[in-house]
Amino acid sequence: MTLAHTEAPPEPPSPAFDPHVNDFSLVVATANGTGSQTANLTLMRSFFRMGVPVNGKNVFPSNIQGLPTWFHIRVSKDGYLGRKESGLLVAFNPATVDADLRELPPGGAAVVRDDLHPSVARDDITVYRLPVKRILEVSDAKGKVRDYLGNMAYVGALAWLLGVPLEVVEHALSVQFGGRRKLVDPNMLIVRAAHAWAVANLEKRDPFRVVPMDLTRDLLLMTGNEAGALGSVFGGVSVVAWYPITPSTSFVDALREFLPRLRPPHDGGRSYAIVQAEDELAAAGMVVGAGFAGARALTATSGPGISLMAEFTGLAYYAEVPAVIWDVQRVGPSTGMPTRTSQGDLAFAYTLGHGDTAHPVLLPSSIEECFEFGWRAFDLADELQTPVFVLSDLDLGMNTWMGERFAYPEGPLRRGKVLSAEDVEARGFARYADLDGDGIGWRTLPGNPHPRGAYFARGTGHNAAAKYSERSDDWLANMQRLARKRETVRRAVPAPAVERRPGARAGVIAFGTTRYALAEARERMAARGQQVSSLRLRALPPSDAVRAFIEEHDVTVVLEMNHDAQLFGILAAAFPDLAPRLRSIAHLDGVPFTAGFIDDRLQPFLAAEEA
Amino acid sequence: MDRPQAIRAANAIGLTKAEYGGSPSTLCKGCGHNSIANQIQQVAYDLALRPHEILKLSGIGCSSKSPAYFLGMSHGFNSLHGRMPAVATGALLGNHHLRGIGVSGDGDTGSIGFGQFKHMVRRNVRMVYLVENNGVYGLTKGQFSVTADEGQELKYAGLNDFPAVDLCLEAIAAGCGFVARSFAGNAKQVRELLKAALAHRGTAFIDVISPCVAFNNEDSSRKSYAYGRDHEQAIQEIGWVPQQDEIVIEPTEPGEVRLVPLHDGSRLRLQHLEEDYDPTDRRAAVDRLMRADAAGEFLTGLLFYDPSRRGLAETLGLGEHTLAAMPDARLRPPPEALADVLQRF
Repeated sequence: MTLAHTEAPPEPPSPAFDPHVNDFSLVVATANGTGSQTANLTLMRSFFRMGVPVNGKNVFPSNIQGLPTWFHIRVSKDGYLGRKESGLLVAFNPATVDADLRELPPGGAAVVRDDLHPSVARDDITVYRLPVKRILEVSDAKGKVRDYLGNMAYVGALAWLLGVPLEVVEHALSVQFGGRRKLVDPNMLIVRAAHAWAVANLEKRDPFRVVPMDLTRDLLLMTGNEAGALGSVFGGVSVVAWYPITPSTSFVDALREFLPRLRPPHDGGRSYAIVQAEDELAAAGMVVGAGFAGARALTATSGPGISLMAEFTGLAYYAEVPAVIWDVQRVGPSTGMPTRTSQGDLAFAYTLGHGDTAHPVLLPSSIEECFEFGWRAFDLADELQTPVFVLSDLDLGMNTWMGERFAYPEGPLRRGKVLSAEDVEARGFARYADLDGDGIGWRTLPGNPHPRGAYFARGTGHNAAAKYSERSDDWLANMQRLARKRETVRRAVPAPAVERRPGARAGVIAFGTTRYALAEARERMAARGQQVSSLRLRALPPSDAVRAFIEEHDVTVVLEMNHDAQLFGILAAAFPDLAPRLRSIAHLDGVPFTAGFIDDRLQPFLAAEEA
Repeated sequence: MDRPQAIRAANAIGLTKAEYGGSPSTLCKGCGHNSIANQIQQVAYDLALRPHEILKLSGIGCSSKSPAYFLGMSHGFNSLHGRMPAVATGALLGNHHLRGIGVSGDGDTGSIGFGQFKHMVRRNVRMVYLVENNGVYGLTKGQFSVTADEGQELKYAGLNDFPAVDLCLEAIAAGCGFVARSFAGNAKQVRELLKAALAHRGTAFIDVISPCVAFNNEDSSRKSYAYGRDHEQAIQEIGWVPQQDEIVIEPTEPGEVRLVPLHDGSRLRLQHLEEDYDPTDRRAAVDRLMRADAAGEFLTGLLFYDPSRRGLAETLGLGEHTLAAMPDARLRPPPEALADVLQRF
């Protein structure tokens, strides 16, 4: 192990940094609860400010303080946003410093807090030791707050090592703290002290650099939960009922931030209601009640909450009540892995209820889609008169992503088939009658003053006029109408995003956040002459476009982040005649896929194809 | 009998009593729940309630079927077992100008829905929450519910080994500001309590002992008609007084007459039959209920009243507009607002 002696005389950074300029992955290893998030987001936003594409992923424990956490920052001049094995390490956690150093690839570099004494000795990596305590002492930061700012030391040191101007760091800090100088200034004092120390004491011996580009102009940096919450506000959400659960809590936090600002009180009253329910079961019930009353209602949760919502989702499917349920997926159940990302709720959410249910499920993959599906989910729920799921995941929901500025929603709010008192007078009213042939009846809202405008909602056992009935013919007619409604749903949900490669005999179907590593893997493979088409599913049920894609390819690999190949199963059941063409890569280990992993796992299928 | 004419007579908004009716009841003949449904119909007629301003809510069970049997011109939602409180909370936030009338049972409220019940009461959702309490599960053929007396024996269910849950005590403990108990056989008291409950600003809880003629109506059962008739001990004579009426106070022995102002300006006239009972004293109410339980007394009347807590919609700052009827322009902020918020990211 070559320890960089901090007393070494200053030398100018080496100009030999070619292959790692704006193309590396930085992993910051700290203990949970030490306040490293601000430091990490500041670094990430600094790179972004320099015009270089970035993505940040927080791999954190289910713990308030003490357990190890790793923040991955991907810096990619090519715009790849998937996770990548680390090249540059910040080792600030005594509990993991040995393992973190061991995992660093040859040629990597590490900034290690100098009061850690790793037992790992490697001569194929560069190690910089950072005297955090001394930097804090020589900084002008005063008082108790100084002790909380130690992580800013690696920000200052990395700024010098990577070539990030201090004014860029200051700007990033300012965005981070919403412009509050009282917070920016003490942090900046530490950054400057560490930077000065690095200039004076570190010899740049690693190849990693960040140089200005112009690839992030007008882009946003936001979490998927923030984007989804913002979209919901523009979709007219007015009742929110929820129960705290990682990783969806920050979705509701964002609603609580956006709603007062974007929907100020009017005529002395608020235009929204947020209720922290006693559990997810009640949260779902409140959303169903509000949807029945005609309000746009939403809950946000994760897998264990979805389990509790099964009862109400099944009821809402049969009573045909609009609702929007955001499921920010994580590994489940119970304790242990709840802070790790997953795509494991897909099959369960799709058919949630006690049988003979199928829900529209929207599958966002980016902050742009989180925003769009945020408002569109309400239009779909109202038009289709049914609960709509939006399946995000921890990676998308809690991590910070780049994205284009969001497009303002098209057209007016689409409230679906709702009869006014005048409509009832003119046309009569039978709640579940299929007048339009699309399986969707016309509803009235409580408060409709027409004497024939009311109905008594219940789950099963109603005829077309919503009267109680246990007759077989009434129930069969109801189920046949719901089958027509499913067809309407299938045509209404967002179409998949298809990327065909000329001559490709193999295709990949994926959804959600695996798109980034997949795109990078496909580029790599294309550079080697392997052409693979892709279809990114944006919703369930699968449409005719999905069938066409499978038909076009000899082999279609279904890629997903769960163990049971859930999407594979759904597609095989939806297109049984095409099932023999489907293959599966289903994998879940708690961290997002890398391009290398996908590339490796695709090879056997392609080789079989070539053979 | 002048009954047919009474049914035809229109009230202040031009509706007959029949027009406040619902589908024919499918409950057993003589079921206490039918009597309660009739009283709800009568009260709505008497008060000239506009049917479209009422929302009926229920869970699952015999009691929960009954909202289909009254107020057929009002919207209703027969939801899930024990989950009516959540549906009511959401619906009455979506449209907080509706008057909610929830009908539940002792199993629906005291067992499967116990948590939701207590949380809804704690939030003080403005509605009438009526439990039709018969101590047994009817639709599943006579199992004990949590309100059955310890030591009671029934042919199908056997011996009940566990103490009864007093739903009124539970409501008081959860912060309910209107807690009453009544008896399906005391139609007048049920009606007067309902009228007062409709005027309350939060959750108004009425526990009505409503005998199950199929499974729990033996004379020895404390949930039977015979027991109720013989043992009911009203703590007050109750009369609801509409806003515009002059009140003439005519105290009669042994208790004083007390006028309790209700949230909408109407008043409740309570002629106390127990001299020292003060329904605005929470501790006294709890104490009296516990003494009644120990002594095997069947107390009815307004047990506790405190209008000081705001209803949930008030707490959340909702105003004139209902959330369900917000115009698009209020629901969707303008393009400039989006551009502005994105500046910060």
